[in-house]
Amino acid sequence: MKQFAALYRELDTTTSSLAKQAALQRYLKEAAPADAAWAVYFLAGGKPRQLVPASLLRLLAQQAAGLPEWLFDESYEAVGDLAETISLLLPPPTESHEMGLAEWIEAHLLPLRKTPPELLADTLRAQWRRLAVEERLVYFKLITGGFRVGVSRLQVTQALAAVGALDAKRVAQRLMGYTHIAGQPSAADYAALIAPESHGELDQKTSGEPYPFFLAHPFNQQLASFDALLGTPAQWIVEWKWDGIRAQLVKRAGQVWLWSRGEELVTDRFPELATLGEALPDGTVVDGEIVVWRDDKVQPFAELQRRIGRKTLGAKLLREIPVVLLAYDLLEWQGRDLRALPQQERRALLDDLVASAAHPTLIASPMLHGTDWQDLARQREQARAMGVEGMMLKQRDASYGVGRTKEAGVWWKWKIDPLSVDAVLVYAQRGHGRRASLYSDYTFAVWDAPPEAPERKLVPFAKAYSGLTDAEMARVDAVIRKTTIESFGPVRSVKPTLVFELGFEGIARSGRHKSGIAVRFPRMLRWREDKPVEEADSLQTLAALLPA
Amino acid sequence: MPRPRSRSYHVQLPMKAAPPSRLAESGDLIVARPEGLYCPPGDFYIDPWRPVERAVITHAHSDHARIGHGHYLAQEGSEGILRTRLGEITLQTLPYGEAIEHRGVRLSLHPAGHVLGSAQVRLEHAGRVWVASGDYKTEPDGTCAPFEPVPCDTFITESTFGLPIYRWPTQAALFTEIDDWWRGNAAQGRASVLFCYAFGKAQRILHGVDASIGPIVVHGAVEPLDAVYRAAGVELPPTLRVTDPGVDAAVLKRALVLAPPSAQGTPWMRRFGNYSDAFASGWMQLRGTRRRRGVDRGFVMSDHADWPGLQQAIAGTGAERVFVTHGSVAVLVRWLREAGLDAQGFKTEYGDEDSDSAAAAPAAATPVEAGAADRAE
Repeated sequence: MKQFAALYRELDTTTSSLAKQAALQRYLKEAAPADAAWAVYFLAGGKPRQLVPASLLRLLAQQAAGLPEWLFDESYEAVGDLAETISLLLPPPTESHEMGLAEWIEAHLLPLRKTPPELLADTLRAQWRRLAVEERLVYFKLITGGFRVGVSRLQVTQALAAVGALDAKRVAQRLMGYTHIAGQPSAADYAALIAPESHGELDQKTSGEPYPFFLAHPFNQQLASFDALLGTPAQWIVEWKWDGIRAQLVKRAGQVWLWSRGEELVTDRFPELATLGEALPDGTVVDGEIVVWRDDKVQPFAELQRRIGRKTLGAKLLREIPVVLLAYDLLEWQGRDLRALPQQERRALLDDLVASAAHPTLIASPMLHGTDWQDLARQREQARAMGVEGMMLKQRDASYGVGRTKEAGVWWKWKIDPLSVDAVLVYAQRGHGRRASLYSDYTFAVWDAPPEAPERKLVPFAKAYSGLTDAEMARVDAVIRKTTIESFGPVRSVKPTLVFELGFEGIARSGRHKSGIAVRFPRMLRWREDKPVEEADSLQTLAALLPA
Repeated sequence: MPRPRSRSYHVQLPMKAAPPSRLAESGDLIVARPEGLYCPPGDFYIDPWRPVERAVITHAHSDHARIGHGHYLAQEGSEGILRTRLGEITLQTLPYGEAIEHRGVRLSLHPAGHVLGSAQVRLEHAGRVWVASGDYKTEPDGTCAPFEPVPCDTFITESTFGLPIYRWPTQAALFTEIDDWWRGNAAQGRASVLFCYAFGKAQRILHGVDASIGPIVVHGAVEPLDAVYRAAGVELPPTLRVTDPGVDAAVLKRALVLAPPSAQGTPWMRRFGNYSDAFASGWMQLRGTRRRRGVDRGFVMSDHADWPGLQQAIAGTGAERVFVTHGSVAVLVRWLREAGLDAQGFKTEYGDEDSDSAAAAPAAATPVEAGAADRAE
């Protein structure tokens, strides 16, 4: 545990990725395999089920710190992170321990879930008495499940690959499913991550593992430079950029697995796609986008969210919000890994598969054609009306890479410009983590009537917290503090003085919002210091942006 | 991580002082006026932020010692810095513990442990004793007279770090950390650049580090203040300037470099090549502020009292009435009231109610001139 806490601290305090990589490799080489197994689990994004209800943890920590509830809460608001708050507030330890990470987790942390509530308080207090001050943060991060330490899964993959002298792609495949919520990685599991490649591994006939997803890069160049940068459109497969859930449908040995890009197994969430998988031959892996599809048309992402949010899927919901897989790549066919094949060959095989499967929930993402980039740019203007985010450009002769690699060829996302309005900042809330104690999360409003209307009011319609530089945010923070009208806990209402251009990807009518309008991915495009509040946009401007 | 929900317990306490007239009538020895903290019977101000005729200055940090007053009174240790900073002023100084009478008010200054010459102001009039703390720190650091509790009826306390999350490491633990960082960098041939306020914190670091590790280089904003400390008899190790003969790349590679926060990101830094940087401040207690600073390391080092220090200082005065100024006013007032004290807030202009953001703002937003560079946190 001490070693892991030291690693966490090292990763947390440095901004250099070289230093992080060195620290990771050093830890993996030195740690006991059972400890390394858990370290990889957490660093790669694994999260066990909630061990202790957060409210109970807060209560016990507050009592152990000997503070009234309000003062604990004030501290939490200043820190912005529960694990860190508790770490700072507990009294010094009175005992010590020599347990490693695995022992802590397996013998002490995971059993907390099954500990009867009446024993939980004593058990936790006994643990806290033994924890060294520098181990606390990691311990509470493990308990609260908010384990983020500024290393990406890719960095962990690379460190493992270096330690095991393996190809990072192999490690990435082995890591698939490793961070499952119910995962209990052992020393053997860790050994398997860095073991020499086996025959069974090369023959994936029975494995449910998906391939690491190949990810696209944004392409924001001027149209005039497309020919110089990309060559002619004939060298590219062009498709719409769908706004859904990226997924791989894996069918092997009579079984179906549907994996989301977050490496979450989502087969149960989409029974109609599980049925589709059953209809496919063994040794097939399709890459595509899960979207809600009705009347031969993709539906807004908000509809998909209604599906994701439900614990149980009734027949009615499945009927009202039907999904399909818009397939755009074939990664495995007849048990053969196709990723090294050129994009266009994979695509041809995919088209054959879709045609022969003739299944209602499997649709090939249509390929778009244009005489030149100008032509495609004209077609792209329909994107918003079609409910898509823009276009995807995929090199015809590219193989399927891993993550954001570019060596094997590249996928570009050529997105349409966001919709935008000028809105007024009306509420501000403190941020979390790096932005704790800075007012960084804002609520924006537009006028409820055009400028000529008497007594018009500002109506909140969107929240945004990204898009400003640190320096801008510090200035906005200062203005917020000066123009505060009222504080409600971590939130302040402010005098309307600040106008921002807000960009968003989609807009829809909503009965759940006071403004009657919901926007998707709102963010600050720029601070309109030149614009008086009276000139901010109105609900009428927003309504005009609604799709017909 | 779920965000904290808004809760109904969150009652804002009155933070503004009551109108001066009412307080003056009630016979208080210190009241809040638009110009600053005011003593009605003595007709003078303490650390006023607008020009007044008579000002008692608790210490020479620029948000407490401002320009434009008719007469200044300060502890004798502050003289050098006040004169350097404020130029031609009418200044009277007092040693710690020596009392003077002014319009029937008996006034004396007592060590606050904050920076060289920092003082608490004790006022006695008509059988009542009030003490205004200015800024203070309870743990001795060897560079200024250590804080002394002064018994009084009413105590005016700062509350910069008025939350229980602020608990400072001991001086010994702090300097072990700084020395280890410096030693590690020197071994790898990298300069160790430590950003700290030029007045107080820089001298404390100089006094506390293990000077045998390597050469120490100070920024031009730090040097004159070192001279004042040395003149006051504070022992500081020898220091170099980057312009000194013989200060070359080989020296810099092993050096500890002390620079004001405003130097971060300026061309002055280029000479240090591939250096490691750190920031010394009480705000470094939080990961968020540490990361926002954008330095390799954050050392938790403050010249203000931490939460236990505030409690200890307030209890040490035996005061039954406490006024809380700049910092976590509402929190400390509520905490003291729940402990049975008669506590209330005083609104001052020494810093925002949430001055954490001011201190944590990116270096680019920090004014560059020397006067502001050594601003207290």
